[in-house]
Amino acid sequence: MAAPKVGTFTTGLVPLPAENVDTDQIVPARYLKVIDKAGLADALFHDWRFEADGTKKNPPFVIDEPRYAGHGILVAGDNFGTGSSREHAPWALGAFGIKAILATSFADIFKSNALKNGILPIVLPAPLHATLMQIAKEDLAATVTINLAAATMTTPDGATHAFPIDLFSQKMLLDGLDELDYIRTQSGKIEAHETAHPGTINTLQPNASR
Amino acid sequence: MPKTIIEKIWNEHVVDQQEGAPAILAIDLHLVHEVTSPQAFTGLRSRGLKVRRPDRTVATADHSIPTTPRNLPIADEMAAAQVKQLEANCAEFGVPLHGWESPNQGIVHVIGPELGLTQPGATIVCGDSHTATHGAFGALAFGIGTSEVEMVLATQCLLQRKPKTYLVRVDGTLRPGVSAKDIILALIARIGVGGGTGHVFEYAGSAIRALSMEERMTICNMSIEGGARAGLVAPDETTFAYLKGRPHAPQGADWDAAVARWRTLTSDEGATYDKEIVIDANTLEPMVTYGTNPGMGLPISGTIPDPANESDPAAARALTRALEYMDLRAGDSIIGRPVNTVFIGSCTNGRISDLRLAANVLKGQTVAKGVRVMVVPGSADVKRQAEREGLDKIFRDAGADWREAGCSMCIAMNGDQLAPGEYAISTSNRNFEGRQGKGGRTFLASPLTAAATALTGVIADPRTLPGMSR
Ligand code: SF4
Repeated sequence: MAAPKVGTFTTGLVPLPAENVDTDQIVPARYLKVIDKAGLADALFHDWRFEADGTKKNPPFVIDEPRYAGHGILVAGDNFGTGSSREHAPWALGAFGIKAILATSFADIFKSNALKNGILPIVLPAPLHATLMQIAKEDLAATVTINLAAATMTTPDGATHAFPIDLFSQKMLLDGLDELDYIRTQSGKIEAHETAHPGTINTLQPNASR
Repeated sequence: MPKTIIEKIWNEHVVDQQEGAPAILAIDLHLVHEVTSPQAFTGLRSRGLKVRRPDRTVATADHSIPTTPRNLPIADEMAAAQVKQLEANCAEFGVPLHGWESPNQGIVHVIGPELGLTQPGATIVCGDSHTATHGAFGALAFGIGTSEVEMVLATQCLLQRKPKTYLVRVDGTLRPGVSAKDIILALIARIGVGGGTGHVFEYAGSAIRALSMEERMTICNMSIEGGARAGLVAPDETTFAYLKGRPHAPQGADWDAAVARWRTLTSDEGATYDKEIVIDANTLEPMVTYGTNPGMGLPISGTIPDPANESDPAAARALTRALEYMDLRAGDSIIGRPVNTVFIGSCTNGRISDLRLAANVLKGQTVAKGVRVMVVPGSADVKRQAEREGLDKIFRDAGADWREAGCSMCIAMNGDQLAPGEYAISTSNRNFEGRQGKGGRTFLASPLTAAATALTGVIADPRTLPGMSR
């Protein structure tokens, strides 16, 4: 998998004012039977977007509203991504064109999965989050610029806000570096640790027969 | 400085810690299943890498396989292809596989402990958020994404930041009819589904010490529903007794040495936690969820909450939406809500002790007319044991459906599912919208509450069953 690279981008907002949006809503489990990552854009929020016969709901779910077409920042409620570890969630969000999610908090595993796929989970203080949610609903022409190198976000009023991101993830994403490659640079230390900690788990060889 | 068991396990597994970077953490056991692994093996292949430690890796098929008799082919083409892909990947990379026809097959979190692979002090990961189950043995066990599955396959390591610690102390004695499931549902109802975010729970206190290993697994299993990626119980004699003699547990002198080491895995006197909560087991009732996340739960004698009483507008909105989806009315009592389906199974409550509890309620009885009752053992081994004890016959005679092992209606990937609008009482762990089938509605509860409900067809208080009075 090529590591994602993120720099500066400017895009519109999509409001999703629901708390605790869980991974079963982001990608329902029946779409997890794939063995690759392709084609998940239609699985995204599937049961909120489509009728049982596969046609789009009328009125459409917010991400399908024509007025939000092409907007790449989701403004979501608290604890976004709660639930399972399925990386299909950020795969589907990415396939649909979501580049960043603004929320007051994220579920741990989702946050980690999102970063690995170049989608920025940005935690905002409640007042700024509320303002942006309002703007997302009311001002369709509004755009936000996210500058990962500076870890700042420029809001439609021209103000610039710093957002928290750990330095490591920031560097990996800016340089398009791969976490697996990073771990492999330390293979000497891994070997030394293994030798020092032989452990008692062996999946290949049972110790006793039952 | 006094340390918690969480810090002790963490420190022992740090391979490298660079300034500003996450730690490289060594992983002792990697569990693999068909749904979250195919893209990781593809990644390995495209990088030309091998599985570094096949001897620390084990796979099974559980999520997408049917629970109909194993001599039938898998009818769903995509599920069949996924299971075949797992078999091909394991063969190519030398990973031991307890495939869907193997006598050791089962839900990944049921078979790890069963085989004695889940051991105290270990770091355990799986591309599955309920990996926390293994914490019952005093292991640091957590779910990871597929990119991380690839990293662990390739390096047997992960990049991790040190988690914060959260002490959950449960003191006192559970009343008859109240079980481990009710403890964890009560915790989540109190702290909410995001309450443990960024933390690892340590469950302690006299009520936890009194639990069997299977009951501890039920509690640790649902740590993620409280937002914590992991949750654990320090090992004790109960843990060692469970593990002794299991196929992959150490034997002889190795066993004695291991137990001596495991005994040091307790939190030191005076160790501090980032957060703490105390729960009084004496006051707990059976719990049932009424909403669309596991935090929306209440004591079974309670009434469905009213959004009008919520001071926080976001919470009021969420509650309104949940009650709409569930088609429930604020102020109504939860007892007496009709159900179409009763599901007994999953990695939360699909082990032998859970089936015994349910069978005990259903013995000599008949399930309510028109109610579908599905009993799905957590593993092939649980199924064999239940059949040795005649539990399958009790379930069948009562009118319940006795199935092959798998995740089944916990996640509804395999065709076992609710129809739109149907209600289930379920011993699984998630009541999200559509979790048990598109449009399906889930009440989460214990095996006892589910079995009591099976008899009446409406949510019933297990404390009213014979032999359960206080
Ligand atoms: S039983 Fe349910 S929660 Fe457990 S591993 Fe299977 S799908 Fe996940």
